[in-house]
Amino acid sequence: MDTITAVQTAELHEPQWAVHVEDLTVSYHGKPVLWDIDVNIPPGVMAAIVGPNGAGKSTLLKSVLSLVRPTAGHIMIHGAPYKRQRRRVGYVPQRSSVDWDFPTTALDVVMMGLYGHLGWFRYPGRQARRRAMSALEEVRIADLAGRQISQLSGGQQQRVFLARALVQQADVYFLDEPMAGVDATTERTIVDLLHKLRDAGKTVVVVHHDLQTVADYFDWLMLLNVRVIAQGPVAKIYTVENLRKAYGGQISLLERGSLAGLRGIDAPPAMPSEVTDGSPTGSRATPVGMP
Amino acid sequence: MSGFVTFFGDYTIQNVMMGAALLGLISGVLGSFAVLRQQSLLGDTLSHAALPGVCLGFMIAGARELSSILAGALFTAILAALVVLVLTRASRLKTDAGLGIALSVFFAFGVVLLTYIQGTGNASQGGLDAFLFGQAAGILRSDLYLMGGITAFSLALVAAFWKEFKLVSFDPAFAATLGLPVVLLETVLTVTIAFAVVVGLQMVGVVLMAAMVIAPAVGARQWTRRLEHMVVLAAVFGVVSGVAGALISATGQGLATGPLIILSASALVLVSILVAPERGLVWEGVKRWRDRRDLEANKVLTTLYGLAAHHKDPAYPAEQGMIDTYHRIATRHALSRLAERGLVEPVEHMRDQEGPHWALTEAGIVLARHLRRDPVSG
Repeated sequence: MDTITAVQTAELHEPQWAVHVEDLTVSYHGKPVLWDIDVNIPPGVMAAIVGPNGAGKSTLLKSVLSLVRPTAGHIMIHGAPYKRQRRRVGYVPQRSSVDWDFPTTALDVVMMGLYGHLGWFRYPGRQARRRAMSALEEVRIADLAGRQISQLSGGQQQRVFLARALVQQADVYFLDEPMAGVDATTERTIVDLLHKLRDAGKTVVVVHHDLQTVADYFDWLMLLNVRVIAQGPVAKIYTVENLRKAYGGQISLLERGSLAGLRGIDAPPAMPSEVTDGSPTGSRATPVGMP
Repeated sequence: MSGFVTFFGDYTIQNVMMGAALLGLISGVLGSFAVLRQQSLLGDTLSHAALPGVCLGFMIAGARELSSILAGALFTAILAALVVLVLTRASRLKTDAGLGIALSVFFAFGVVLLTYIQGTGNASQGGLDAFLFGQAAGILRSDLYLMGGITAFSLALVAAFWKEFKLVSFDPAFAATLGLPVVLLETVLTVTIAFAVVVGLQMVGVVLMAAMVIAPAVGARQWTRRLEHMVVLAAVFGVVSGVAGALISATGQGLATGPLIILSASALVLVSILVAPERGLVWEGVKRWRDRRDLEANKVLTTLYGLAAHHKDPAYPAEQGMIDTYHRIATRHALSRLAERGLVEPVEHMRDQEGPHWALTEAGIVLARHLRRDPVSG
């Protein structure tokens, strides 16, 4: 692809990192949302950006994608600015960022991921359709291709967005809270797929909200709260001390050691799993006895 | 038959009908994008903001010359759109407030100019206030060429940038990551609304033009699931209401064409909101009624299941009066519907002493079990 050769011949800045952010400051109405951020994410990892509400997680993602103009600093993707690396980047915005009542089908939305490759004055054809279909198969909702998007469940809508990023065939994927408000099956499908991308050498960067699953899903972690609190391999960074620094007093649940894989705390034995009565006449089914 | 021929052969009526059809076509297509981008009010602001342009065009040309009037209208409408953009970007004003401010300021300025022109006693000013509510009968064949040209140009724009307009309307942030010039595309979409307004000025006037931008699109939205179909159907709705308004006005006793076009479009919207499949209010009402009925039946079914389980007898015959008492309503209808679905069956039990009895069937037991485990999806 000619863009890549163009990048290779041009001068690269810190090309050893998939994502390199230096001295980044972003402010809204004069108030800093991100302050003097340095980020380095190596290629081929699955990285989580974690932090409390208002920590600037989404803003960081939007800055990397040039959707937000930084006050200071620069951002490189595989050694070059985003403008030159568009084709190597896939993006999954927050599900709530669009109006799902828009009159269009799941397949149509996925094909939108190819608009950048198509160029002006060209309509998506049979090949685009085929690529979109196979992306829908990868997220296991190929049977819903013709469905109007408002008739999809939240999890299915999220899968459509993921499929749209997949057709971009990128090297670096950015996802904004892809696991927010989806069912367990969808979450599993998404995580498996992201792992597959990582195993294929792609870099996956996820804004993540669920501390419980950080150690399970990710191998790289960045803790953010306006500034970078810590970043590096999950095994090194995912500690009580770091989480406390990022979340301040909000994190009392940590004290109970309920987070899997958390270092620096002696986790008490797991709670016995809830006793459930499978029989239809069991104690759970109280209305049985009747009036 | 000869009356029919003379009616449609009438030069003025032909012109009016063609003008109305053009207006319906352009406002249906472009209005679809405005409505989907949740900028329905944009049409309102741009059309009111066209009035000062109408007056300026008249003053500069020194006569009632349509091309300069429309150019003036286009100019001030686009200027208003820019003002809204600057207001919302530079201050913390929200879009609706920006639209409202631009609308009233521009319209007030337009009315001032209008009264000024009327005060100068310019002989040819007669008919300038027709742009307030439209004066379809005054339309000339040469006006149609101008309107047709603007319409053709706008439709060509939409065809050429179809996928870009679609993506920008659905997900502008994603469009930006692909490298599309989002601000430029949104500006072009806004300017095309100004085109539609300009085409409608003579037919329906600045006050009612907003409805013409919104109504066909809103009506079409009810019936379709795809943007392609919505845009085509909105164009059809626009043309139909335009022609219908023109026809009613031509047959009636001097009723104004513009308002009749708007009323026709509104009638289409009303019908669409009521009866369109899936989204129509009537169907939603029917669905809600069905859901409530099914819920009632399901509750009765689980009650029967509970009784059977309590008596440790899958075929336990429950008496109808007992079920009624538990639910505090007559359950006869619910029970017979369940029987139709093969989930319960009437059984004979103590026929002389007691009322009708019901027992679960195999299928009923399976469904009841499922409902109790998963009360939502049943």
